[in-house]
Amino acid sequence: MTVADELAIASWGLTKRFGRQVAVDGIDLAVPRGQVYGFLGPNGSGKTTTIRVLLGLIRPTAGGHELLGEPIPAGAARVLPRVGSLVEGPAFHPYLSGGDNLARLDAADRTAEPATAKRRISTALERVGLLAAAGKRYRAYSLGMRQRLALAATLLSTRDLLILDEPTNGLDPQGTREVRSLITALAADGTTVMLSTHLLSEVEQICGHVGVMHLGRLVAQAPLRELRAAAIPRARVETDRPDDAARVMRELGLTDIEVRDEAATGLLGPVPAEKVVAALVHGGVGVRGFAVVAPDLEDLFVSLTGEGFDVSG
Amino acid sequence: MSAVDSPPAVASRPVRRLSTRFLRSELWMIFGRRRNWAGLAVLAAVPILMAIAVKVSGNGSGSEGGSGPDFFASITDNGLFVALAALTVELGLFLPIAVAAISADAISGEANLGTLRYLLAVPVQRTRMLAVKYTAVVIFAVSATLVVAVTGILIGLALFGGGPVTLLSGAQVSFGEGLLRLLGICAYLSAGLAALGAIGLFVSTLTEQPIGATIAIVMLTVASFILDSIPQIEWLHPYLLTHWWMSFGDLLRDPIGFDAIRSGLFTAGAYAVIFLTAAWARFSGRDVTS
Ligand SMILES: Nc1ncnc2c1ncn2[C@@H]1O[C@H](COP(=O)(O)OP(=O)(O)OP(=O)(O)O)[C@@H](O)[C@H]1O
Ligand SMILES: [Mg+2]
Repeated sequence: MTVADELAIASWGLTKRFGRQVAVDGIDLAVPRGQVYGFLGPNGSGKTTTIRVLLGLIRPTAGGHELLGEPIPAGAARVLPRVGSLVEGPAFHPYLSGGDNLARLDAADRTAEPATAKRRISTALERVGLLAAAGKRYRAYSLGMRQRLALAATLLSTRDLLILDEPTNGLDPQGTREVRSLITALAADGTTVMLSTHLLSEVEQICGHVGVMHLGRLVAQAPLRELRAAAIPRARVETDRPDDAARVMRELGLTDIEVRDEAATGLLGPVPAEKVVAALVHGGVGVRGFAVVAPDLEDLFVSLTGEGFDVSG
Repeated sequence: MSAVDSPPAVASRPVRRLSTRFLRSELWMIFGRRRNWAGLAVLAAVPILMAIAVKVSGNGSGSEGGSGPDFFASITDNGLFVALAALTVELGLFLPIAVAAISADAISGEANLGTLRYLLAVPVQRTRMLAVKYTAVVIFAVSATLVVAVTGILIGLALFGGGPVTLLSGAQVSFGEGLLRLLGICAYLSAGLAALGAIGLFVSTLTEQPIGATIAIVMLTVASFILDSIPQIEWLHPYLLTHWWMSFGDLLRDPIGFDAIRSGLFTAGAYAVIFLTAAWARFSGRDVTS
């Protein structure tokens, strides 16, 4: 097995320009097989564009990629039947029922077995909890029902790879939870899932790997654990003299020191946590509580993609 | 952890080469849609209204004498002419509008809804998508023509009866042969409309607005009719798709005049080939961002 065989998605220098705007800028994706890969990034950072390129909907300006070891677009006809996808929200024919919409997609798939179509469609609808509304026109579906139908479409046949662009967008809490356990179950069966999402809690719960996009570039890509380990932990001291604690911490070489109420915090860096406590005691600062906090995903995300709220145009 | 115990590559599922499922789904989308039912009902209403009007007024003369042969006068003699008169009238606008609406919707309609991206991701290869969409358009063009003809025959027989058919050249043929010739006319007109459908399919790959595409194709047809009626540019006329449509009357002569029919079929074929190629060139490399 070569390295590429172990990857469900591999890209090299993948680039997409729209006129002068670079939407995707030379990214090297490496999504390991069997993993749930969280694809993160602020609005407009190029996630959906990347997914469109991966599926062969738009042609890259430069670079190339493989899905499940097959080059795209050359091997698209062979590999895409094994790839389920959700791209930028659901899209169906409004005057057809949910079931009929799935039947149409299934009819378009030349690898699908017509004899089992009915069964596969109802199984897919059942898995997303939509069986009761199967006969309802899509026009009458609510936002969450539409999203569920799009998910059902990705489950019409056995998939080895799912590429899901914000699958829980618009779902109620139960739906979000269902989708989460659905993804976990699929991954347990060996399906690779690439999950683009803004819900960091979701990432924390189900993703083993993450890739973070920023301004069209892939600024981080690693197992979530490694990314965490590389992040600098923060020491937190609870005391009645937070200002003195802050001074001691600054002298020790901690950075980004903040004082709030009855506590002082600072980034540890290379300083061992034990030394902080010793120095505080030595300095006569009464320590009521001490903790080393690993940064949460949100801090990590912000540190990689910046604080700014405005989208980069 | 990941790479070692990851599942082995699963073989691709076999592809069914000769599956008609997608085409059948496409036809069901076209013929199962209420909007299209309404359109076909309008096409069918024209021969009925014409036949009733002639029956009530008692004679068929007094038509304004357009570019095509005058079948109105013969309606009272033989019900078959209701079909011919209706085809002549509808060829000027209704049939082209129907074909324009269906063909313009082919790609742009899916792009507009966003369903195009999901079909392509199924995957439907783009060439196959165009082939299936165009086949459905051609089947619709044939059906639309037949709806007019069959409704015309039925209402004509009911109101005016059948019997031997007097051709344009004055000779008489049996009702059966008349029917056969009418079938030939339907085939000829369908070929012309199918060529229009090829233009429609091309326009449909250019935009995400099906209504705009429909209007563009109808305007193109009307412009072609107008150009065809300006004698000063007679040199241009043979190149106009619509120029040959009204020649279908040649199939009602004895002997049948095949010259114009042949030119008409050749022109239709040329238009179809050119615009299908253009549609393919445009669509096969296009970024789908809808
Ligand atoms: N068809 C297009 N033409 C021009 N620019 C485009 C087009 N599609 C996307 N872009 C630009 O490419 C950039 C990336 O867009 P993309 O949709 O990939 O972002 P995203 O990461 O999916 O964002 P979000 O989280 O909001 O879904 C944006 O700046 C966007 O304006
Ligand atoms: Mg997006």
